[in-house]
Amino acid sequence: MEENQLLEKFQEKVDAEIKVEPKDWMPEKYRKTLIRQISQHAHSEVVGMLPEANWLTRAPSLRRKMILLAKIQDEAGHGLYLYSAAETLGVDRQELVEELLSGKAKYSSIFNYPTLTWADIGAVGWLVDGAAIMNQVMLTRTSYGPYSRAMVRICKEESFHQRQGFEIVATLAKGTPEQKEMAQDALNRWWWPSLMMFGPRDDNSPNTAQSMKWKIKRKTNDELREEFIDRTVQQAEAIGLTVPDKDLKWNEERGHYDHGEINWDEFYNVIQGNGPCNQERMKARRDAYDNGRWVREAAKAYAAKRAAKAA
Amino acid sequence: MSQENQANWPLYEVFIQSKPGLAHKHVGSLHAPDAQTAIENARDVYTRRSEGTSIWVVPAEAISASSPDDAGEFFEPANDKVYRHPTFYDIPKGVKYL
Ligand SMILES: [Fe+2]
Ligand SMILES: [Fe+2]
Repeated sequence: MEENQLLEKFQEKVDAEIKVEPKDWMPEKYRKTLIRQISQHAHSEVVGMLPEANWLTRAPSLRRKMILLAKIQDEAGHGLYLYSAAETLGVDRQELVEELLSGKAKYSSIFNYPTLTWADIGAVGWLVDGAAIMNQVMLTRTSYGPYSRAMVRICKEESFHQRQGFEIVATLAKGTPEQKEMAQDALNRWWWPSLMMFGPRDDNSPNTAQSMKWKIKRKTNDELREEFIDRTVQQAEAIGLTVPDKDLKWNEERGHYDHGEINWDEFYNVIQGNGPCNQERMKARRDAYDNGRWVREAAKAYAAKRAAKAA
Repeated sequence: MSQENQANWPLYEVFIQSKPGLAHKHVGSLHAPDAQTAIENARDVYTRRSEGTSIWVVPAEAISASSPDDAGEFFEPANDKVYRHPTFYDIPKGVKYL
């Protein structure tokens, strides 16, 4: 079949809501877009463990520590599900890992912000996982089968992540004045970077149209961001905290909140590597890779020994 | 960085039985130095919430699959054999247990 015909058939299939599977014909650009998107997503899960790990040894109780450990372990799992989905598109996991370590591949800019207080761990679960969930719920319906299935798994596990974060913030918000202030301070610092997680505004997001046409994405950045704001403002009010946006107000006509301008210079600056923690995060990943080398070698030697014994 | 590590850990496809009596179902894949390690890692990656009672791992390269391009013709022979389904048959009213 001609490329044109194949393309047409592909679009028909996507329009009919039939999932695309690894061995099916797909446009090269669809494959490339997915590899980039899924691997960035995987890298984000992996790097996303770092800001939380920062508080593991200082969690205020054994309960909080166990919860945080379980959450971080889930994030490692999410990274693995996603690398596994990306590999079905014909890339090797090792290549993807190397792209992250060399700085060629990106991960979500949110993880380049520091977790300064315990309240930040609450804010991360509530806002960062909350924002990620909006995106991931949409992606359970993405057109690529393995990506969609990985998302279903991930979404099942995510639901406790956001709740445990909100519980931390809510507990602080009804504590001493200092604790409440700590919760408010965390919200102040994490609010805007969380809104940036949805990516540039629709009028500045050139790839959205194609991704929507191929049903890789189902909603635009601004749509998802709006949904997130609508939900989260109400949650903040319920625990007596204030969203740090003086322009935020309910728009009766639209049935959504209007919000103030996002600092896009900051967003691009962090993506370009100049956020508060970019270097620290990359160093941590490279060190983990280097320091884990002997473990990988030992595992291989052990497997060889076991095979020799069995033979 | 080089070919040293995971690069030559083979890829295993992972299948999990969620309860006794059910079939094993494909859940994803992972790299491991051998099958035994793959099973142990699959437990941590795919059954953190008691999703499994049994795990199979299969080297990805050992799987042969039908081709999606020929799926039309390949599965065609089944399409005109409606008499393979019980609804094809007329049974007089009132007759039970058929
Ligand atoms: Fe996650
Ligand atoms: Fe999460």
